[in-house]
Amino acid sequence: MLDTAVSLVYLLAAALFILALKWLSAPATARHGVLAGEIGMFLAIVGTLLRTHVVSYQWIIVAMVAGSAIGAPMGLFMPMTAVPQRTALSHAFGALAAALVGTGEYYLLAPRVGTFTMTALAVEIVLGSLTFTGSLMAVGKLQEILPTRPITYRGQNVINLSLLAVAVALAVLLVLHPAWNALLPVIIALALLFGVLLIIPIGGADMPTVISLLNSYAGLSAAAMGFVLNNYLLIIAGALDGSSGFILSLIMCRAMNRSFTNVLFGAFGQVQEGPAAAAPEKPVRSATPEEAASILAASRSVIVVPGYGMAVAQAQHQVRELYDALMHRGVDVKFAIHPVAGRMPGHMNVLLAEADIPYDRLLALEDANAALPQTDVALVVGANDITNPAARHDKASPIYGMPIIDTDRAGVVMVIKRSMRPGFAGVENELYYLDKTLMLFGDAKAFVGEITKELAETGHGSAPSARPEAAVARR
Amino acid sequence: MSNDLTTGLYVFMLATFLGFEVIRRVSPLLHTPLMSLTNAISAIAVVGSLVMAGEQRTTLSTVLGTVAVTASMTNIVGGFLITDRMLRMFKRK
Repeated sequence: MLDTAVSLVYLLAAALFILALKWLSAPATARHGVLAGEIGMFLAIVGTLLRTHVVSYQWIIVAMVAGSAIGAPMGLFMPMTAVPQRTALSHAFGALAAALVGTGEYYLLAPRVGTFTMTALAVEIVLGSLTFTGSLMAVGKLQEILPTRPITYRGQNVINLSLLAVAVALAVLLVLHPAWNALLPVIIALALLFGVLLIIPIGGADMPTVISLLNSYAGLSAAAMGFVLNNYLLIIAGALDGSSGFILSLIMCRAMNRSFTNVLFGAFGQVQEGPAAAAPEKPVRSATPEEAASILAASRSVIVVPGYGMAVAQAQHQVRELYDALMHRGVDVKFAIHPVAGRMPGHMNVLLAEADIPYDRLLALEDANAALPQTDVALVVGANDITNPAARHDKASPIYGMPIIDTDRAGVVMVIKRSMRPGFAGVENELYYLDKTLMLFGDAKAFVGEITKELAETGHGSAPSARPEAAVARR
Repeated sequence: MSNDLTTGLYVFMLATFLGFEVIRRVSPLLHTPLMSLTNAISAIAVVGSLVMAGEQRTTLSTVLGTVAVTASMTNIVGGFLITDRMLRMFKRK
């Protein structure tokens, strides 16, 4: 009787989880989605606690209090710039829970485990373990505790893949002979090691794909737990998370015109020695904040292209002040968001929303490219490879074929950048050498702040008579 | 293969297809909150962790279950809170 009631509660929770994701599809209903998810989770927890095999609440209470005490500050006070790290950390926690429960189940059940259950256990434990260490490595790279450049060595892919092959072979052996419990610690150790080695060669700018893939793995390990426990709620929630992560990683790969294999095993973004580095110094034009301010003041439309550099410099609030100052003068300001700008899917949108920029000002890649030819000024703040025109025409370039934001089609391009150092892909950005491009050298936060100050102080000829193109040509 | 397991596979398949359909419609604007919400939802693994911590069958299973409940609870509380905090910031003019 009670078990039937609990099953029905689980069914309700599953429906609420599906509604949660459905409502998340648009900003207007998204917060209802969170509420639906919270109610579903609450029901599932209460239902579980009522189940007959839960005999002791002592450790449960300790663990729930401890988990809430860690989770609440992470949810309430974590700065938005640290959201990628927090997300990777939560993938690690989710995967850890799956791996631990799987391990515990194995020792409770073995050797009387059916082949199917044992397969699910093996999947749960292997995926959980490798996602746990893999996600911790991602946290380390995102927090810059570990070097963000790819770390590579000879035979890396062979070593990694053979390690995985051995772990899988041992897992198959364990499925066939569940009583051989000495195999399990070895399998876990190999999976943990594989997780570390898998992430080591991946560079910072590939994090959006990797973090999505880890999201998918964490979900699939939860679904595997559902098969072990024969719990459909777990299977549904795990499948939803798994497919979500998978879709996001596909979108990220497509936005870079690269394949999964290339992201995981390509060690993209190593510093390239050779012709690019040896190229002679080409002239670039640079400008001061005053000059930048007068060009912006004279324009009718501006598209800002933010990148990871904006997040690093924490410049989103200064960008918002510049946005206010320009909008106040009647300049139409929009933002072009590349899918892989930043360190996780949607990273730039969250930062700009945090700075109170209305979301209807944020353009996706295609819309931005449709608007750029009619735009007076493209202002690049901390983005690099995603604006490189070489991706469109230079077949030799490592980023050839990657969809880019066509800033070079705007009237004037201004790029805020610390130095001429190449971006993540290690390639020179030919955008910087165009006649219409002005380099604004400096820290993004300080530079944007100075432009805004300049706009406020001088007024810069209230009638925008001089076109921005003319302003550049005069120089 | 018993009926339970086949049913489980059917449920998994349908939920995966449903997930693809629902998530394809999520605006790129909200991809970060999407990831933190799905992560909070997949912390439903807490169900398995709670049973393991509460059954008290062996010391090992109780310890593993307790740590797993802590990890899942961190994701539930932190995940829902930060998702809502992010979504509150998305405003139209």
